[in-house]
Amino acid sequence: MSVTREQVAKIASLARINLDEGDLDHMVPEFNNILAWVEQLGEVDTSSVEPMTAVIPQKLRLRDDVVDADPLTGGGKRDAILANAPVAEHGFFGVPKVIE
Amino acid sequence: MTDFTQLGIKAIRDGVANGDFTAVEVAEAFNAAVADAAELNAFIVTTPDYALEAAKKVDADRAAGKQLGSMAGVPIGMKDLFATRGVQTSAASHILEGFKPEYESTVSQKLWDAGAGMLGKLNLDQFAMGSSNETSYFGNVANPWKARGSNATLAPGGSSGGSSAAVAARIAPAATGTDTGGSIRQPAAFTGITGIKPTYGRCSRWGIVAFASSLDQAGPMARSVEDCAIMLEAMSGFDPKDSTSLDMDVPAWAASLDANLKGKTVGIPKEYRMDGTDEEILKSWDDGIAWLKDAGADVVEVSLPHTKYALPAYYIVAPAEASSNLARYDGVRYGLRDLPDGAGLQDMYAATRAAGFGDEVKRRILIGTYVLSAGFYDAYYTQAMKVRTLIQKDFEAAFEQCDVILAPTTPTAAFALGENVDDPLAMYLNDVFAVPASLAGLPAMSVPAGLNKDGLPLGLQLIGPAFDEQAVLNAGLAIEQRAGFTAKPEKWW
Repeated sequence: MSVTREQVAKIASLARINLDEGDLDHMVPEFNNILAWVEQLGEVDTSSVEPMTAVIPQKLRLRDDVVDADPLTGGGKRDAILANAPVAEHGFFGVPKVIE
Repeated sequence: MTDFTQLGIKAIRDGVANGDFTAVEVAEAFNAAVADAAELNAFIVTTPDYALEAAKKVDADRAAGKQLGSMAGVPIGMKDLFATRGVQTSAASHILEGFKPEYESTVSQKLWDAGAGMLGKLNLDQFAMGSSNETSYFGNVANPWKARGSNATLAPGGSSGGSSAAVAARIAPAATGTDTGGSIRQPAAFTGITGIKPTYGRCSRWGIVAFASSLDQAGPMARSVEDCAIMLEAMSGFDPKDSTSLDMDVPAWAASLDANLKGKTVGIPKEYRMDGTDEEILKSWDDGIAWLKDAGADVVEVSLPHTKYALPAYYIVAPAEASSNLARYDGVRYGLRDLPDGAGLQDMYAATRAAGFGDEVKRRILIGTYVLSAGFYDAYYTQAMKVRTLIQKDFEAAFEQCDVILAPTTPTAAFALGENVDDPLAMYLNDVFAVPASLAGLPAMSVPAGLNKDGLPLGLQLIGPAFDEQAVLNAGLAIEQRAGFTAKPEKWW
């Protein structure tokens, strides 16, 4: 299977990455080379194989149902969370206007 | 006077504990070595004050008769993928340039708690995506080794290329690395040092910038097997903040080191004898077999039939996870924001990500987005995860016949910077021997085996069953004792 220039542009738009015409010039053949190479996986008979879900079998744990069980990941961290925001206003993340 | 920069973890820790020298003297020596090695570009940020402060605390604790930690007085380099409070954590990307975490990763905190200090944040491939450290936004790292009779600058491997270069150049006695598909082992092999990736889940992923979460594992890079064992113990342990952290005690790997392999069986995977592998790599593999026999081990051939499919499966699984993990970089919560005039929110996302990610990162996000998209998911992603199951089953079957597997770490010695940069597939093939163990979540280590005819180091890889880091370390020690690898890069920086 190979992808067209339009398909790569569509994927880039889904991934929210602007690509200009020059980017597409080199990305399309690289993309197709990689896809052609990974397609050898189709040779493998996997009809009776389950896809891996966890590399080391584990049960997902539930944390204790208490507030701030771990202070590092608990609440009350507004200022720390906003500290690296490109734009923070009035205790919130600032973004361009979304609704007219 | 002792040249402290020639000492490893154990020698520094024991020397400080015995009062032979102070932690401050050691920190000052390494700070000076780091400052003198700017040409290697191993560090993105240096933190001499942090190293000094940690050393002063160790010296004060010793004077006060307090118990010292297992890494007390050892200044280390921290791969710039670990969140360090108040110190830029960039993942070698433009999009995270200037990001100063408000918190500390679990692994780095454990190392500081054990008495280590931080020399600085080490360069790497951007978001740990690469095998030569050429995708960093902050420039290439130079391998301290050069081929005999050549002045070409060689790649230090990747993605932990700053880590490998720093340890090989003796500007850090040890460094942290992370390994998603070989990123500890391949750079260790390229620079003549030792590095181990433990079983998936041993080291907490909390506070490590995520690349492919089902594969990412932290591990130590140092100059001896024993130093790796000491540092891995300090880094490992259950962490409730990581949902895939192993809830198991950390074994006393260093105290249990034993190079006597009598009664142990070493497996040699026949599928790793691939066409195109360097003759000298194959010879070093034969040397490794002879050394392990000499240590008392029996050697058997084993089969890992799906080996050739590991790399293509990896280049579906890892980009798929990356495309999801890297969706968080959107110019809203941290890092770069690119807001063109009059742009709306969606335009801001796309402009920010175009400006903030390098080409290799974009390539992997796009591949990942494609293989996860409706209509292609089963053909690519599900098939890759089925192949991953088969690769794991191959290892399970092999470990019914042997205790540890010996293989080369890489198909070639270090190559020159720029050599593979225009051919992503050729670059990916570097990790052909490293990726299978990553897909199966197994502990694996690279130890130096010797020098090739150009005077460049070659590494041997040991792979163990899940949770059996000890088997890997013991076989690694047996090789280390027999390889007698004492070569060092000549200082040119």
